[in-house]
Amino acid sequence: MSRFLRLVARDLRLALRQGSDATIAVMFFVLCVVLFPFGVGPEPNILARIAAGVIWVAALLASLLSLERLFQTDYEDGSLELLSLSSLPLEAAVLAKTLAHWLVTGVPLIVAAPLLAVLLNMDAQGFGVLVLTLTLGTPILSLIGSIGAALTLGARRGGVLLSLLILPLYIPVLIFGAGAIDAAINSLTPRPHLLLLAGILAAALPLAPWAGAAALRQAVE
Amino acid sequence: MPVFSGSELTCLRGDRLVFTGLEFRIAPGGALVLLGPNGSGKSSLLRVMAGLLKPLRGTLGWDGVSVADDPDGHRARVQYVGHLDAVKPVLTAAENLAFWAALAGAADPAANARAALDRLGVPHIAGVPGRYLSAGQKRRLNLARLLAAPATLWLLDEPTVALDRAAIALFEGLIAEHRAEGGMVVLSTHTDIATPGGEELHLDDFTPYADDEAGGEGEFQEEGAAR
Repeated sequence: MSRFLRLVARDLRLALRQGSDATIAVMFFVLCVVLFPFGVGPEPNILARIAAGVIWVAALLASLLSLERLFQTDYEDGSLELLSLSSLPLEAAVLAKTLAHWLVTGVPLIVAAPLLAVLLNMDAQGFGVLVLTLTLGTPILSLIGSIGAALTLGARRGGVLLSLLILPLYIPVLIFGAGAIDAAINSLTPRPHLLLLAGILAAALPLAPWAGAAALRQAVE
Repeated sequence: MPVFSGSELTCLRGDRLVFTGLEFRIAPGGALVLLGPNGSGKSSLLRVMAGLLKPLRGTLGWDGVSVADDPDGHRARVQYVGHLDAVKPVLTAAENLAFWAALAGAADPAANARAALDRLGVPHIAGVPGRYLSAGQKRRLNLARLLAAPATLWLLDEPTVALDRAAIALFEGLIAEHRAEGGMVVLSTHTDIATPGGEELHLDDFTPYADDEAGGEGEFQEEGAAR
């Protein structure tokens, strides 16, 4: 366990010293959402209607931005070979790196989301559920993304390929995430949507590191 | 006494047969020097020994037990130094080293890292970020990993690239010390590294002839046409 935390701490330290990944993801998220009022017009009712979907789509795209580099630098400098030779199982290493990725890029999105909801005139009833869906949903995005990042390792234009591979898999998360917020705003219970999101998270938590590790083993060969 | 051995090893890279029917055996305190021209499979053999690459045929054994049956145990006794230095540009040399020591399960990784850098003769780079290190310093940092995270079997892929003469002499001393303690060393090299009593393995002895001649001529003609 302590080895697992060591790897998380190292990745966090790398991210903080380089500084760019975390700020880029959250800046992109904010800018992306801010563009919508310019595009669809500043009509408050329309913005309130589309707020949940817009915030969720922007969160999907923002979490994709830095995924490409999840394993890339370790692959290029040889760290990945050493990681796969260490006594930490590769599945645990994938999970640790995914956790660090989520802490760096996912958590700032959760913090920024309520502010953007205010900007889009979202009904205050939906705020709590918005934060809750993002808390359940962004780890899923990082987990599913880690499979794509491992599969596209070493490919030319891996970033584009990664988006094409991963975005379709994000659709269920988007449906239930935005659906839960809409339900809450319309005074319905968001519970089924949240349970389904939690179910996807529970499935992705063991499966994604397992698939990611298998892809990484291919990559280091 | 544990013995590391391989029998009937065959390695395929892409659709090229690199070596076939390769046998080796290393006893505690032994050293195996891999020799052969470029492309004869020295790096591939080291990667097979480390478990990074699966051989097409053949088995590796540790003390009579197949390595394939005990991959976790094998990883714990191997320390691999490849071509890439695995140095993070934003971490200091000591932090880079301490991370690998901690991952190998060292009780006090920071102390291990300092001691290892001292032994490699570069204590002054401990606080220097990886991006400011020279190629030789990075290499020494990478070799310091052997001391900071001790393992029985050292697999070294051209470990002396970018090292100066003093460092090579120092490194020969480290290898001798490791072997005196019962460790094993496998290394590939194009420069001379003194390994008294070490065995040599010529990889071109195991290169499949028919394939090699056909492939070699083809490559030569392509090169000629390109020029």
